[in-house]
Amino acid sequence: MLSRTADHLFWMARYTERAENTARMLDVHVQTALLPQSTDDAEQGWRALLGISELQYGYNKKYDALTQKDVIDFMVRDPSNPSSIAACLKQARENARAVRGALTTEAWEIQNATWIKMQGYLQTNALEQNPSDFFEWVKHRSHLSRGVTIGTMLKDEAFHFIRLGTFLERADNTARIIDVKFHGAKENVKPGQSQQQSLLNTDAKGQDNQIDFYYWAAILRSVSGFEIYRKVYRDVITPERVAELLILRADMPRSLAACMDHVLSNLKHVRNDVSADTERFAGKLDADLKFSRIEEVFDAGLHDYLTVFLERIFELGNRISKDFLVPLAA
Amino acid sequence: MANFFDEMYSDGTVSVRKHYDEFAAWLSSQTAETIVRKRAESDLIFRRVGITFAVYGNDAGTERLIPFDIIPRIIHAAEWAKLEAGLVQRVKALNMFIHDIYHGQKIIKAGVIPAEQILKNAQYRPEMQDVDVASDIYAHIAGVDIVRAGEGEFYVLEDNLRVPSGVSYMLENRKMMMRLFPELFTRHKIAPVDHYPDMLLDNLRSVAPVGVVDPTVVVMTPGMYNSAYFEHAFLAQQMGVELVEGQDLFVKDDTVYMRTTRGPKRVDVIYRRIDDDYLDPLAFRADSSLGVPGLLSAYRAGKVTLTNAIGTGVADDKSIYPYVPDMIKFYLSEEPILNNVPTYQCRKKEDLSYTLANLEKLVVKEVHGAGGYGMLVGPASTKQEIEDFRQRVIAKPDGYIAQPTLALSVCPTYVDAGIAPRHLDLRPFVLSGKTVSMVKGGLTRVALKEGSLVVNSSQGGGTKDTWILEK
Repeated sequence: MLSRTADHLFWMARYTERAENTARMLDVHVQTALLPQSTDDAEQGWRALLGISELQYGYNKKYDALTQKDVIDFMVRDPSNPSSIAACLKQARENARAVRGALTTEAWEIQNATWIKMQGYLQTNALEQNPSDFFEWVKHRSHLSRGVTIGTMLKDEAFHFIRLGTFLERADNTARIIDVKFHGAKENVKPGQSQQQSLLNTDAKGQDNQIDFYYWAAILRSVSGFEIYRKVYRDVITPERVAELLILRADMPRSLAACMDHVLSNLKHVRNDVSADTERFAGKLDADLKFSRIEEVFDAGLHDYLTVFLERIFELGNRISKDFLVPLAA
Repeated sequence: MANFFDEMYSDGTVSVRKHYDEFAAWLSSQTAETIVRKRAESDLIFRRVGITFAVYGNDAGTERLIPFDIIPRIIHAAEWAKLEAGLVQRVKALNMFIHDIYHGQKIIKAGVIPAEQILKNAQYRPEMQDVDVASDIYAHIAGVDIVRAGEGEFYVLEDNLRVPSGVSYMLENRKMMMRLFPELFTRHKIAPVDHYPDMLLDNLRSVAPVGVVDPTVVVMTPGMYNSAYFEHAFLAQQMGVELVEGQDLFVKDDTVYMRTTRGPKRVDVIYRRIDDDYLDPLAFRADSSLGVPGLLSAYRAGKVTLTNAIGTGVADDKSIYPYVPDMIKFYLSEEPILNNVPTYQCRKKEDLSYTLANLEKLVVKEVHGAGGYGMLVGPASTKQEIEDFRQRVIAKPDGYIAQPTLALSVCPTYVDAGIAPRHLDLRPFVLSGKTVSMVKGGLTRVALKEGSLVVNSSQGGGTKDTWILEK
C-alpha cells in the first residue's frame, strides 16, 4: 500500500489510543483526588501527571498554579496542547479523512462521529460537572473504533499498520502510567532501604500503606486491571505484583509484554526488504519482556527500567517510520 | 412561475405529468411530520458519513453539506433515450475533435473553425501536438451540463471535459433516497446507477498504455483540502484503487511509480482530479507542489495514461462551444441530436455590439470561467452590476460570450416556506474508452434561491436524486 496511506492509518490509531490513555490517566487522578490528602500531595500528583506526559512546560507557560480544573482543561480541550484529548481526536479524524478510502465505511464513520460529538461535548460544561463520565465516553469511543476495525476490516496491510500504531502507542502510554508515581522522585530506590520499603514509601514524608493501596488500585483500574489482578494473584495488592502484571504478564491486554507481542506480530505481517533490523530491534525488546523476572526489573530500578523502555519504544517508532511510512526517495 | 417548464406539473400545480403520477400520489399521502423527520435524518447521515465539500475563501478549511432535496427529478424512458443518444454522439465528436487538433487539424484546414480560435486559446497545449494517446481518447470522463428550457426541449449548456465532478453525489443521493424511502423504489422502476464505479474502472483499465496486461490504476487528488476531496476518496474506494497525491508518485526513466510500504510500484493509469497546470512542475506551473516532476515526459513517452488527457480544455472552452454542432457534422456526418444554446461571441464585432446593447436580457460568461463565478445574469442584476460588467466586456471582448437567458425548467423543491418550484440542471456522465458508455442517471443540481438560475454548490445550490424510469 501507499506509504502515506500507511502513515495516516498508523497515526490515526496512535492518536485514538493516546486519547484513550490520557482519559485513563486523568481518571485515575480524579479518583485519587477524592481521597483525603494534603494540598501538597494533590499538587504533586498533578505535577507528576504533567511531567510524565511531557506537558509541564506547556502548562506552566499558561497557568501559574496547579489545580485539578486547569490540568484537566489543559489536557482535555486546550488547543495549544497538541496532546490534549480534543487535539488527539481531531488528529485521529484528520488522518482518517486523509485515507478514508482505505478504511471501511463503518471505521471512518466512527472516527468522524466521535469528532463531531466531541465538539458538542466541549461546548457544554459536562466535563466540569462530571469529568469521569467524559473520560468514560472517550474510552468507549476508542473501544468502538478498535472493535469496528477488527470487526470490519480486511486483514491486510492497512489493518496491520493500524494495529501497529495502537500497540506501539499503548506500550508507551502504559509505561508512563506505571511511571507516574516515580516521576519527579529523585531516587526510586534509596540506599539502605529494601525495595519493598522504597516502593511503599515513595515520598519522604512517609505516605501510609493505605493511601498506597488506593493509589495502586486506581492504577490497576485505569488499565482495566483491577479484577484481573484479583483473578491472577488472589492476594493483597502490592506494587511488585502490580508492576509484574502491567509489565511482564503477556495475558494482561494492556501490559508492556502484551503490547510488544502484538507489535512484533504485526510487524512480521508488513515485513519488507529493509525492515529486518527493525524486526530484530522489536524482537529483542519483546524477548526482554518475555524472559524477565520482576525482581530483575526492580534490581535495575523501576523508574530507570521504564525510562529505558520508553527510549526503546521511541526508537522503534522512528525505525517503523523510516522503513515503511516516510521512505526517502526510492 | 407559470412561464417555466415544470418537471412535475403540466399546468400550474393542477395536473401532474404522467411519469410523476405515482410519486405525486405517494407525496400527498405523507404527513408533514414524516417529511420533516426524513429531511433531518438525511442531513444527519450526510454529516456523519462526511459527505461534505470544502469551502474556499472566507471560511477556508470548513466543511459544508450540499443541501439535498428529497423530491426527485424524474425523466421518463423515451426522453432519456434521446438524451443518451445525443450525449454519446456529442462526446464522440468532441474526442475526435481533440485528436484532430493535436494531429492533422483537418477541421481547421477545412475552414470550419478559425485557426486562431484554437491555436491562440490558452487551453490549447502545444506539448500535446502529435502525441498519441491510448485509443485516441482524450475526454475519458465527460460531465455534460444539460438544461431544459422553453417548451421542454433540452439544451447543452457546457461540455465539461477536464475534471468534471459531482458523480459521487449522483451515487450518494440515490443511496440516501433508498435509505429514506425504500417503498418508492418498489413503486417505480428506476434505472440503477450503483455500477458507475465498476464501469469507470473498466473504462480506465481499457485505456492503459499499450502492452500493459494488468494495469495499476490510481486516482490522483490535490489533497484533502480540495473542495471535491470527498469524491476523490469515494471513487478510489469504490474502485478499490489507491488514492494518491503528487508526493506519492515519482518518475524514473519515463516510468511513473508510487511509493509503497513494499517499495516502488509502477502506475499505469492515473485518473487525475487535478488541473493540467498543476500536473508537472517541470512542464507547467513551476510553483506547483501538487504534481509530479517528469510526469509529462512519461506521458509523452506513452508509459502512462492520464485521464482525462492533457489539453482537453481546448474543446470545452466557452469560445469553442458554439462550434460543437459543426464538429458533429464534420466528423460524424450526422445531424446534432441535442441543441446548443445560441451563443454570441464577443470577439466578433456584430456579436459584441448586440451583446452590449442587450446586457439586461443576456447571460454573459467569461470564456474560461467556471463554477458560476465571473458571469452576469442580466435579468437578475442591478443597473450598476450591468454597467460594471459592460466595462469588463469592452476591455476584453474576446474573453466573453453571451447567451439568451434561458427559461430553465423548474421542479418542486422543499424550501423554508414549504414546497416551491426551483430551477435546475442535469449533469450526466459519459465514459469513453474502447467504447462510449453511461449509466442512466446524472446529477441534478437545483438553485435553492427563489428565481435564481445559478445551481453551483459554491453559490448556494442543492442537489436531487435523478430517476430515469425504465419502460
